[in-house]
Amino acid sequence: MLTNDKVPLIREKALWMRRTAFTMVHRAQLGHPGGDFSAMDILATLYFGVLNYDPKRPDWAGRDRFVMSKGHATGALYSALCAAGYFPEDWLSSYMQPKSLLNGHPNRNYLAGVETNTGPLGHGFPVATGIAIACQITGATYRTFVLTGDGEQQEGSNWEAAMVCGHRKLANLTLIIDRNRLQQGAGTEETSGLDPLDDKYRAFGFDVAEVDGHDPAALLAVLGAAPGTRPRCVIANTIKGKGVSFMENVASWHHGVPNDAQYAQAMKELV
Amino acid sequence: MAHAAPTAAGFQDCRNSWVKTLEDLAETDPRIVAVVNDSVGSSKLNSFQKRFPERVINVGIAEQVMVGVGAGLANGGRIPFVSAASCFITGRALEQVKADIAYANFNVKLVGQSSGIAYGELGATHHSIEDFAWLRPLTNLSVIVPADAWETAEAVKWAAAHEGPVYLRLSRMPVPDLDIPNRTFRPGRAQVVRDGGDLTIIACGTTVHLAAAAADALKATGIAARVLNFSTINPLDEDALHAAAATGAIVTVEEASVRGGLGGAVAEFTAGHRPVPVERVGFPGFLPTGSVDWLFKEYGLSPEGISAAAHRALLRKG
Repeated sequence: MLTNDKVPLIREKALWMRRTAFTMVHRAQLGHPGGDFSAMDILATLYFGVLNYDPKRPDWAGRDRFVMSKGHATGALYSALCAAGYFPEDWLSSYMQPKSLLNGHPNRNYLAGVETNTGPLGHGFPVATGIAIACQITGATYRTFVLTGDGEQQEGSNWEAAMVCGHRKLANLTLIIDRNRLQQGAGTEETSGLDPLDDKYRAFGFDVAEVDGHDPAALLAVLGAAPGTRPRCVIANTIKGKGVSFMENVASWHHGVPNDAQYAQAMKELV
Repeated sequence: MAHAAPTAAGFQDCRNSWVKTLEDLAETDPRIVAVVNDSVGSSKLNSFQKRFPERVINVGIAEQVMVGVGAGLANGGRIPFVSAASCFITGRALEQVKADIAYANFNVKLVGQSSGIAYGELGATHHSIEDFAWLRPLTNLSVIVPADAWETAEAVKWAAAHEGPVYLRLSRMPVPDLDIPNRTFRPGRAQVVRDGGDLTIIACGTTVHLAAAAADALKATGIAARVLNFSTINPLDEDALHAAAATGAIVTVEEASVRGGLGGAVAEFTAGHRPVPVERVGFPGFLPTGSVDWLFKEYGLSPEGISAAAHRALLRKG
């Protein structure tokens, strides 16, 4: 399939995932919708345009791995895994309810398709590095993708991982940074500035690309490209809360939850 | 005290046992890999590295990614032994141990080297006496403290075969082989080193042979002390603890903090089931400058100190 032929499907899935995630958050009155929505097009592109996986064989050794390092964005991850066929839709209404398999942060022991438990920031990238090393030393061909938030890049463990990836030339690993420029209380650059992120990752030995994180065609072009000779860093410029007018670029929607009127308004916009 | 004297007859450095066993296992199981933080030498992995160069992943001085990489290697079907000084693999990377290994329940073997106060004069930054308290509450994580070279080899073999996360706490201080007839290593089960019914001395790791010596001295004064080699701290051998409580008095001995470690675990158990006096021998907290020998003696980790604790426990037993 030509890359751009996948775009309509990705857009359709991303819309379903946004409606689904917001419904989960509204019902639970818990969640992190701002970061869910900035990451949604990235996840839709991965699951419906890039990753090689089989939901019927979640432990298949040759699967591509996706590690959701920004583990609080379970609205995005769970709607993606559900859309990809890992669990039935009727599980979604249990989000964060007592004993639900859909915990506030993902648990691989609860849910097929979750590669590792995340939640505390700065954990997913090091684990993805280990997955990519396993691939490298065994001569396997699967690819490993990891998504971090941008504020998450303030965690030092990421830079330990970046050093290892660069040193070992882990070409099968792609780090995606959800660059929405907001962390929970304020902008990243007012808090502890990250720019220039591209130069930082180049200096650590990565090939760096910067794309519009809401443009499936642009994401497909860079995420779907064959591995090069070095690890890849994709800085995806995004908008926190993307797709719902009153959430966009508003930091308080990091873990804000909608009332009934806001939910109804969002459902009108998400069509 | 002969305890830490590397030349003492019959004393062995358990690290030799660890690495020989690991090499033997790696020879037949290609999934076994080692992950280190620039700790090839201190983990005694030089010969392993020579034999299996591509199977040593040295991430540099970076414990968080070291433990995370261990989880990732397990995801990729490897059996990683992540080996580093126990003070750093636990304290520096504690959240990774909790979230990436124990909570995620990955098949990773964490190997804490030079544990307890093996670094002696280097001080509290390099002592690892808090690790039991930090790791004991972590669901899924087996915590194993071999008492001698034989048990080290058995524990490494078991860890490699066991599907699940393990913390192996090794020492670099030479210890004698325990003399236990028909011995078997069963994780989660204590071994009776000396039998007796007046009280029970529950020891682990480097202190078991000291507890045995204390029991022998007590026996000469007419006191029959049972000594348990409590080599699994998590999960606890509850049957052995019920039986220990039935002797009416308990002494715990560990090369670790008396707060939250083996002694803490035993006290929790007895308080909940059958309250009996528990005297805890170990370290009270950050320690003053001193050699391993001096610190052991100063804090009562000696046959004399353990005997004195036994007498205190018996007095409280009444």
